Amino acid sequence: MNGEGNPLLTLAATFGLMSLFAVGGANSAVPEMHRVAVEVHHWLTDKQFADVFAISQLSPGPNVLIVTLIGYAVAGLGGALVATLAMCLPTALLAYGVSRFLGRSSHARWPAIVQAALVPLSIGLMAASGLVLGLASDRTWVAAAVTIGAAVAASLTRLNPLWLLAAGGCLGFIGLIG
Amino acid sequence: MSLAGFGGVLVFARRAIVEQHRWMTAEEFNETFALCHFLPGPNIVNLTMVFGSRFRGLAGGLAAFTGLLGPPTTIMTVLATLYARFGDVDALRRILAGVSCVAVGLLLSVVFRMMMPLFRKRDAVGLVFLLAVFVAIGVARLPLATVLLVAVPISLAVTIVMRRRAT
Repeated sequence: MNGEGNPLLTLAATFGLMSLFAVGGANSAVPEMHRVAVEVHHWLTDKQFADVFAISQLSPGPNVLIVTLIGYAVAGLGGALVATLAMCLPTALLAYGVSRFLGRSSHARWPAIVQAALVPLSIGLMAASGLVLGLASDRTWVAAAVTIGAAVAASLTRLNPLWLLAAGGCLGFIGLIG
Repeated sequence: MSLAGFGGVLVFARRAIVEQHRWMTAEEFNETFALCHFLPGPNIVNLTMVFGSRFRGLAGGLAAFTGLLGPPTTIMTVLATLYARFGDVDALRRILAGVSCVAVGLLLSVVFRMMMPLFRKRDAVGLVFLLAVFVAIGVARLPLATVLLVAVPISLAVTIVMRRRAT
């Protein structure tokens, strides 16, 4: 944590602003979270960020709750709460407003156009998430192999991801990974 | 429902809203989801808000919002406390290292799955945009806001022009 004013305000401003640019969901915003939390503010180390991502994937609930963990690391309970609300509430209210404005009967063409324009961008963002997190967590060749193995297994089978995560945990426990 | 969603709540939300309780038809659900997908922010949170507000206005939306986020946020806070206290324990560090390797792999497989339709449609323009954003954010580490303020208008303009030409 660094001493630039009230950390709660910093959290609220950071995640409130970030949420407005999170096109395509929480995983698209991961590189930005990493940039802000690790590189700009030094709230977390690279390794801690990878851990926090792992915890958020292991836990139930929307993936966006990685911000709860970041918030907690910065300012404890209050930080967790503020970060979560800042990330979720403004855009939820925006969605509420837009859906009321459009009404039920709207079958306008422009949502389809906007979506077609945004999908490649959000995939690019998620790919960047993969790269940033991969660099943070795959420090050895074995670790990289595990990541690739998991990617292949998840793509080719319909295995519940929890089993793969658990398998990764076991491999880590017996000391194969970093 | 919020607690059922390991690795994403959407599948469960759809099952409960459309199939079990018949609160929405499949078309209504898809439309609402499409709306929430192109709006910024966590999709499922937005969807919940819109869905709740269909029943009881803003209050219903906020109730659904709290229901979705309350329990998992509580769990996450407990986990955060545990991590703060035991994060340095060697066994836990090793386990988390293994889990995070797999978590990255899972993310990559989602990216791969989402890219396939672009390849199948031979959507060269889409792939160029994808690559440009990937390099700008992942390699050059530019701020998200800057990249999107440039990329979104260009991508929109190109999409509109291409649609015009196609029809």
